[in-house]
Amino acid sequence: MLTDQERQLLLIVQEGLPLSPEPYAEIASRLGAAEEQVIETLRSLLERAVIKRLAAVPNHYALGVTANGMAVWDVPDERVSEIGARLGQRSEVTHCYRRPRRQGWPYNLFAMVHGTSREEVLSKIAGISRDLGLAPFPHDVLFSTRLLKKQGTRLRNKQATAIVEE
Amino acid sequence: MPLALDQSDKLIVNRLQRGFPLSRRPYAEVGEELGLGEQEVIERLRRLLDEGALTRFGAILNAPQLGGERTLAAVAAPPDRLEEAIEAINRHPEISHNYERDHVYNLWFVVSSENAADIARVIGEIEAETGLRVINLPTLEEYRVEFYYEFRVDSAE
Repeated sequence: MLTDQERQLLLIVQEGLPLSPEPYAEIASRLGAAEEQVIETLRSLLERAVIKRLAAVPNHYALGVTANGMAVWDVPDERVSEIGARLGQRSEVTHCYRRPRRQGWPYNLFAMVHGTSREEVLSKIAGISRDLGLAPFPHDVLFSTRLLKKQGTRLRNKQATAIVEE
Repeated sequence: MPLALDQSDKLIVNRLQRGFPLSRRPYAEVGEELGLGEQEVIERLRRLLDEGALTRFGAILNAPQLGGERTLAAVAAPPDRLEEAIEAINRHPEISHNYERDHVYNLWFVVSSENAADIARVIGEIEAETGLRVINLPTLEEYRVEFYYEFRVDSAE
């Protein structure tokens, strides 16, 4: 699925883009490739959605966006897709999924809502619930109290090596 | 105290969350859009990364396109075994995120791997190591995945 050359490039750009005026030329010189080739390979990886995007990732906690609420509802199975689709369109929601219920866990619809305080998050959720008519459904909000680990999806080096050795 | 971003920082952070140009002088291009110089964009970006306002600036990979699998899982750890459970969970390189939340199910973590079989293996190992039952909540439908968070830029500040 990925060529060797693509893997080598991904290993570099997943760690960070060079902070210099011509970052792609700098990467190219590290790889012994041409700048145009680096740009075209990145364009292809973006088009194929191997790379979601080249972007900055804010540290929300450090920037004061510390209230992180996981809002959950128990919605009847026959309505969950329709309600989930509407919930997912709300700008206050950053992630929204249907997940299975489990023993001791009755909720099947999940939406993440962020803000600078719990009050702000709860008021956003109350607005969503009112607009979408979610009040009749069992509901809870789980606030995060500690971030214990966070790492983005990474391609591992050993894998690149394994491919090279194949 | 949260780190303070000034107006230009916020413009840069908002703009660069959306993507970065594939051109020869991308910082100059972004600077032009925002009314900032190329060097200023680079210097501010360097400072934002150094002080930890940004966790990184680079390629965000798409796990499913890399053949990856992921799931959300949770355990209900009793208070006296909480730290031990955190350690047992975080030790696994397949754990990408782990949050403590205020609920009976108090540890919520994401297990991701390029091999689907790793997910079940890691969950089994965590259950064996902690003696706690793990609830596995894989995505059945996805309605939104949006990482963008807008830092409000107001001219009155």
